[in-house]
Amino acid sequence: MALDRRSFLKVTALAGGGMLLGLYPEAQAQETAPPAKPRTGPGSVGAPLTPQAFIRIAPDGIVTIMAARPEIGQGVKTMLPMLIAEELDVEWANVRVEQGDLDAKYGIQFTGGSFATPSSWEPLRRIGGSARYLLVLAGAQSLGVTPEECTTSAGKVLHAASGRSIGYGEIASKAAAMPLPDPSAVKLKDPKDYKVIGHTIHGVDVPDIVTGRQKFGIDVSIPGMLYAVYQKCPVFGGTVASANLAEIKKLPGVRDAFVVKGVEEHGDVLPSDPGLEPGIAIVATSWWYAQSARNKLKVKWNEGRWATAEQSSTAFEKRAIELSKKAPEKTVHLDGDVKAALAGAARVVEGAYSHPFLAHATLEPQNCTAHYKDGKLEMWSTSQMPQGTRTAVARLLGIPETSITIHIMRAGGAFGRRFGNDFNFEAAWISKAVGAPVKLVWSREDDTAHDYYRAAGFHFLKGGLDKSGKLTVWESHFVSFGEGSHTALAANMDAEFPVRYVPNYALYQSLMPLGVRTGYWRAPGSNAYAHVIESFIDELAHAAGKDPVAFRLGLLSVPTLPAPPPQRGGALDPARMRAVIELAAEKSGWGKRTLPKGTGLGIAAYFSHMGHFAEVAQVRVTAQKKIKVEHVWVAADIGSQVINPGAAENMVQGAIIDGLSALMGQEVTLDHGRVQQTNFSDYPLIRMHQAPPKIEVFFNKTNHSPTGLGEPALPPILPAVCNAIFAANGDRVRSLPLAKHGYTWE
Amino acid sequence: MHFKLIVNGKAAQVDAPPDMPLLWVLRDLLELHGTKYGCGIGACGACTVHLNGEPVRSCLTTVEAAAKGGHITTIEGLSADGTHPVQLAWKEVDTPQCGYCQGGQIMSAVALLANKPHPTDKDIDTAMGGNLCRCGTYTRIRQAIHRAAELKAEHSPGTTKAAATGKTKSTVGGSR
Repeated sequence: MALDRRSFLKVTALAGGGMLLGLYPEAQAQETAPPAKPRTGPGSVGAPLTPQAFIRIAPDGIVTIMAARPEIGQGVKTMLPMLIAEELDVEWANVRVEQGDLDAKYGIQFTGGSFATPSSWEPLRRIGGSARYLLVLAGAQSLGVTPEECTTSAGKVLHAASGRSIGYGEIASKAAAMPLPDPSAVKLKDPKDYKVIGHTIHGVDVPDIVTGRQKFGIDVSIPGMLYAVYQKCPVFGGTVASANLAEIKKLPGVRDAFVVKGVEEHGDVLPSDPGLEPGIAIVATSWWYAQSARNKLKVKWNEGRWATAEQSSTAFEKRAIELSKKAPEKTVHLDGDVKAALAGAARVVEGAYSHPFLAHATLEPQNCTAHYKDGKLEMWSTSQMPQGTRTAVARLLGIPETSITIHIMRAGGAFGRRFGNDFNFEAAWISKAVGAPVKLVWSREDDTAHDYYRAAGFHFLKGGLDKSGKLTVWESHFVSFGEGSHTALAANMDAEFPVRYVPNYALYQSLMPLGVRTGYWRAPGSNAYAHVIESFIDELAHAAGKDPVAFRLGLLSVPTLPAPPPQRGGALDPARMRAVIELAAEKSGWGKRTLPKGTGLGIAAYFSHMGHFAEVAQVRVTAQKKIKVEHVWVAADIGSQVINPGAAENMVQGAIIDGLSALMGQEVTLDHGRVQQTNFSDYPLIRMHQAPPKIEVFFNKTNHSPTGLGEPALPPILPAVCNAIFAANGDRVRSLPLAKHGYTWE
Repeated sequence: MHFKLIVNGKAAQVDAPPDMPLLWVLRDLLELHGTKYGCGIGACGACTVHLNGEPVRSCLTTVEAAAKGGHITTIEGLSADGTHPVQLAWKEVDTPQCGYCQGGQIMSAVALLANKPHPTDKDIDTAMGGNLCRCGTYTRIRQAIHRAAELKAEHSPGTTKAAATGKTKSTVGGSR
């Protein structure tokens, strides 16, 4: 008794399907979909969604709701079942949540891009509503009345006229035999009646996290399991020339050690997921034995084409400056006559901005457990896109997708890192090679040196103001990475604000070849471009002699051209953006407080992943460039509902703190194609005493469908703090991280 | 080599090289996975356990050093059922995001409260400075430690008073 396919597709077209490609042309189309079979929505992933896939009701009324998507710390394992529970009309105390394996019955099991909320908001509520509809039919029949006479409350079907009621548990099996409704016709609750949505629900795994019982990917243990490390060339794509494997094999605990040729022999797996890097696998009876053996490994590498002086951070910087003086390779967007407008401007401001490569540094290093046996593979993975992982691993091993089972494991952070399949490939390959279940765990050093890095980038900006201080022209030459028509993953840039709010706008791009992988890092693109754009707007405001808040509000009130093109998940809405800027200004007492000397307020506003965010930072800066972010005010618009308010506040505060980590000290540098950083000793995360003591979060609820929160809170904090530093001491920081300019945390 | 350990009040015997870090003994040999690997160099604190009541980085503590009559307490040994005041506070405040670092955070917090029953924000910053959280839950961790201090005071005023002298070592695993 599945939902009929047509009505299912109607639901997803309404809420998930059509949006998917529109929202994530890059992240999803490139990374998750095999080219021959583009994904257009859950419909192409598997069978129709049914309430039975997500909901089990036991005779005692306990409701089990399946969590389908990977939990990576963003709270979906709690928040998405809340949507079902609300419309099913059950008390949360009677709900149990279980993590589902990868299974077509759950539809999309992808997590990233702040996409879980907007793509689940409608379908999961309709799953809950459809199940409630069936329970009403069954309940009415049991009570001998018509469904129209019945209502529901707290897991019971009620018949008000007779005062009788019957629990869901008693009628669940009868409900399962009822004809399914058209889910799009199921009546959903009026938000004013919500008892779960909009009420803080604690994380369902928290009781097990605080006792150490919660299993993360790295904690998988199965009978007969061996442990593996995998040593790759420090230069991406390098291959093994020779190694002392005979010696390694004799070391304590070592069961096997062998060279894996990977792509060297087999080529790419998928065009967007090149596959297994060459390296040396060491398999042992404990991870420590494997790691100790690796420390004795002597390898001669063929480092390959990327081990050149050009593949060094200092060379990139030099080359970017050279390119900025040449004609750009490509015009990304052009409005008006930029040249003439710059020539005619009363004042031209110029700024050269840059941002470094970043590693993800998830606290749980990459890992995967795989068990290959008799042509079948079972995996325990923290992948953010298990469907894509299954496709890619199937091609790598040359087995059908149906021969692969994937258990979705809670991840110790992901931030985009676990879109990469490298660790999944390695575990699967090694298990097959040794014929035993294998847990592969990367060392922190592996993790730092073989990431899919947030791409570095260089921005050469010019802005022109007229005599009244109005912005008339914006020109940006963005020097990024790639070759020819191929831009490195997540290293592209679209025209974004203030495009269409200024009559003359140009975005140019030039590329430099790059020998390391790049990828999605929390709020891809935005995490870097917000600093560039919002700092430069601050420069322009000061040059115009205007208050930074008033200058932004002025820009946003004059859309000089038609609506801007969609940008990373939708289009900036000027009214929503003005409202959050005004809210952040009001809450922070902008322009109304006198601050001590050396303390400044900075504001930044940025739209990404469908969220409108404005943030104000109050920053104290000493003469020795010691910084304390004393207070942060966040004003956010993610639509009409904040589904789990307590978790939402935690997420936003965390995004601010995470953004400050990147801002102050994080930088991955290259030397002859090698990553120079190794561990938290040279790639620092912010520590508690360095974090702001106060981060206040205000949600401006507007009449728009709810959107995600994992990402959009992060980008504005970097420019907000930099703008506050300028307010405090007049220093304009145009290249990150701050540590490069002598700043440290107080 | 054979080593005898006392982990969470129980005797355990392991066969391991003397330089094997306690972290991997706990995880791979004793199947106690609550203690996490994050960096292997003592920089992140995810592997924090108590050795005779003192917080130590198990990634830098060899099995040989841990076996010398020491009592080892891991996150699994803090209470049988998640009712240690720090665990209760962590749940009440809904502290974790991904949760990976939280076992180590809790072990550091328990040690702090054993020595300073009513820590100031500054005390907390100092004691927790070795524990990283990539999700940035520091705001909630600080809040949870203050709450744990309250809960602890409510539950065992006598113990709190003794600990306040600074002479009483943490009674790990004994607090209910």
